[in-house]
Amino acid sequence: MMKQQKYFVSGNEAVALGVQRSRTQVVTAYPITPQTVAMERLSEMVADGELRTEFMLVESEHSALSAAMGASAMGTRTFTATSSQGLLYMAECLHYASGGRWPIVMMNANRSVALPWSIFGDQRDSLSLLDSGWIQVYVEDAQEAFDMIIQAFAIAEDEQVLTPVMVNLDGFTLTHTYEPVFVPTQEAVDAFLPPYQAPVKMDLDRPLNMAFSSTPPNNMEFKYQQHQAMEAARPVIAQVEQAFHAHFGRAYGGLIDAYRCDDAERILVTVGTVTGTARQAVDQLREQGQKVGLLKIRFMRPFPHEEVARALRHARAVGVLDRDISFGYEGTVFTNVNSALIGNKVVPPALNFIAGLGGRDIGVEDIEKMFERLAAAMDGKAAKRVEFIHLGVATDE
Amino acid sequence: MRRPPVREYPRPNHIRDYPCGPHFQAGYIVDKAAGWRLERPVIDVRQCINCLRCYLACPEGAIARQANKVEVDLEFCKGCGICVHECPKDLIHMTAEGT
Repeated sequence: MMKQQKYFVSGNEAVALGVQRSRTQVVTAYPITPQTVAMERLSEMVADGELRTEFMLVESEHSALSAAMGASAMGTRTFTATSSQGLLYMAECLHYASGGRWPIVMMNANRSVALPWSIFGDQRDSLSLLDSGWIQVYVEDAQEAFDMIIQAFAIAEDEQVLTPVMVNLDGFTLTHTYEPVFVPTQEAVDAFLPPYQAPVKMDLDRPLNMAFSSTPPNNMEFKYQQHQAMEAARPVIAQVEQAFHAHFGRAYGGLIDAYRCDDAERILVTVGTVTGTARQAVDQLREQGQKVGLLKIRFMRPFPHEEVARALRHARAVGVLDRDISFGYEGTVFTNVNSALIGNKVVPPALNFIAGLGGRDIGVEDIEKMFERLAAAMDGKAAKRVEFIHLGVATDE
Repeated sequence: MRRPPVREYPRPNHIRDYPCGPHFQAGYIVDKAAGWRLERPVIDVRQCINCLRCYLACPEGAIARQANKVEVDLEFCKGCGICVHECPKDLIHMTAEGT
């Protein structure tokens, strides 16, 4: 195994290190809380000569992703980062980048969306853009953040995929929390991640009409291709993780990570950093003899419908914790999980727990409450399909 | 800067015939726009100074550069008249279709 050095860094800094070790050639930067430190560290690396990259300061998030598309169209490995309002401001460019098949990697610091204005965390920003054609991965800690930046380039640049990847870190909970992170040497990362070879790029010797428009007789075929590329990403994600494990000794389970699910009667589904809290709650309940399990969804696109259905097939009650709500229906993760469950022979009662909006803390006791609700549902008691957990006041419900 | 007349674009039969993403060798125009046109541009090629402004400005790429003149491919011209506006010698005029 290659030599790795232990760093003590925040989630943002882990991302910056991942971008550096990936030999990223162009970084387009516009700051937004809580992503700013990632860009500051990259800027310092460039100033100190530790990173040879074209560091472009742009005037908005819309420009950040537009410039990233231009850089990627030149065949360069390109990174940018954003959060919340910034992500929404570049929303049209997200569709443009995936349609253009440019393998950009972008960090998103998950943060709530105004109004009310808030810089604190939830996942309503990225989940509202599930349909933008990007691969979306959600990481749990700083090590996974570092590892997934490097893996994200390998996935995005695969010729079968050529689709941009959004690496999501919960704002503050992860972006600003310091943890030990093992960082392999540059030579070790080089051996895992070769330079990007763009199959199509701006080239004076082979001039192309790039990013053209297309009328109804041809347009839908390009959308079909995008869907096929996203489907092709499933095995590629597995292969990349296998290779990463062989190089660096770490693996995360692919599209999902099931914890103590094998004999679990009640399973809670989580996305992002809250998984750590939920793991602790599951351990505590297991000590009391309760058969509970945890299913961490790592990739929201491509959505692991088969893996989710398999992991939940013996559960007698399923809960989905959403740091998100689609007003007038339910949490978006819940919608996706339910759709995956429909194919199972037995579909257990499923409850949706809306929690942690706008930076509201989610404690172990909140998770335990969710498992209590699932116990009631398992016993056939009437339960609220969608419940806001840990509201600070009484309501009329 | 020399561009040949519009190349024939073979209609794809299989999804593999499409490029990966909307990027393809230049010089092909896929969608014919003649049906949009109420008037067509007519160029007085005898007095044309070959400055190529119409060739550069045509938003459809429907004007091809020939040896000493320019030529409009009327299958792809949508009749917008930008070439008329751009011609410094006022040598391009719109003429009603059917005349």
